[in-house]
Amino acid sequence: MSWIDIGLRAFLAVVVAPWVGMLLVGLDRKLSARLQGRVGPPLTQPFYDLVKLLAKQGDTTSRFQTACLVLFLASNVVSLALVLLGGDLLVMLFVLAFGAVAYIVGGFSAKSPYSQLGTQRELLQLLTYEPLLVFLAVGIYLRTGSFLASAAFQRTEPLLPEMPVFVLTLIAVFGIKLRKSPFDIASSPHHGHQEVVRGPLSEVAGPSLALVELAHWYEVVLLVALASLLWASPLWAGVLVGLGCLLASIVVDNVAARLTWSWMLRFGWLVAVPASILNLIYLYATRGGGG
Amino acid sequence: MNLIQKARMKSPWILHFNAGSCNGCDIEILSCLTPVYDIERFGAVNVGNPKHADVLLVTGPVNRRNERVLRNLYEQMLDPKIVVAVGTCASSGGVFHNCYNCLGGVDKVIPVDVYVPGCAAKPETIIEGVILGLEKLAKMPAKPRPGRTSAEAEKVEAER
Repeated sequence: MSWIDIGLRAFLAVVVAPWVGMLLVGLDRKLSARLQGRVGPPLTQPFYDLVKLLAKQGDTTSRFQTACLVLFLASNVVSLALVLLGGDLLVMLFVLAFGAVAYIVGGFSAKSPYSQLGTQRELLQLLTYEPLLVFLAVGIYLRTGSFLASAAFQRTEPLLPEMPVFVLTLIAVFGIKLRKSPFDIASSPHHGHQEVVRGPLSEVAGPSLALVELAHWYEVVLLVALASLLWASPLWAGVLVGLGCLLASIVVDNVAARLTWSWMLRFGWLVAVPASILNLIYLYATRGGGG
Repeated sequence: MNLIQKARMKSPWILHFNAGSCNGCDIEILSCLTPVYDIERFGAVNVGNPKHADVLLVTGPVNRRNERVLRNLYEQMLDPKIVVAVGTCASSGGVFHNCYNCLGGVDKVIPVDVYVPGCAAKPETIIEGVILGLEKLAKMPAKPRPGRTSAEAEKVEAER
């Protein structure tokens, strides 16, 4: 990879990605509104929300939480840059988990009971989606022989036909990471839903909340990029897979009710994890062919 | 109109508080969210957290029990913020104006920016009132509130 190529990819990850993420979040709100028979906000609505939050008076009960949210944002940016630069998926997962833990530590640092309760649920969400992402990385390793994202990007034949279960687990991961029903148990995004007020974000306001919104934009693009590894050439097919997963999670969000954390944990560890392992066993048994 | 003013106009997050209303105005506020009026078209979202809100919609005449709650919610909201008194009761006390337990309007407790008349106020009037308030909100500077130490806060609390 030449320096120009690296610079271009880093530019894509740090500067272009949030704008794409903003439009995807706007599309999410628009689509949700259409599914409910409403007109919905304009596509650029998340941008206006961000500017407004930045222009509000800065006032949080815990400055430590704001520091944690800066780390959360940074970890999302670095994770996305790692995927787009073809870096190690395991390192990416560690960086991502670091950000999630920073978010959780920040949530615990606020005294509000809503923040405490929501953050405990956030921990359970982490416990549910983290193994699914690790299994995805292992599955990619079993086919490409490498944990590098670049190995998946360079692969000419798609991974998806051999890893169908991972599309389904990715839809669940989209739901959990983007806090969509039935997984919006820790906090709910701003579609008029509420759960334990705003969970870990109950005490976060103004510019600090803007950090979370920005991190959310990066997060959406990161998840789409992860899903696109399953069909990396041609790349547009992978992007379509990613957008398809996002679309599926939005539809599920609108047709499903919020369920409990115990249901989510059972779903994760009794359905999604065993299904992922079955798919891994298949990949391992047939590894002579493709890898 | 600069970008910040435009963003404030286009992204009002609304907190709704019922200060002893008969629920008539509250139903009209909720109907603003339905497909018929769909105020999310204008970026408005009904939030449950005063720290995230820009607009405080209050219904009801305010009585001595919920006066403190109303003031607490108002103080938790970050500047810049506006208050919209929805309905006759919130504006002046309405039929309850001389009841012994009622204070007679939101403006007896916190500063009100827009009064929306009606019993109950119509959704169109409520939307109009919020938009009037937003024009005021957009022009507000984001200056910090005067700080209050915990000792001073306790003193104020004791005086009540």
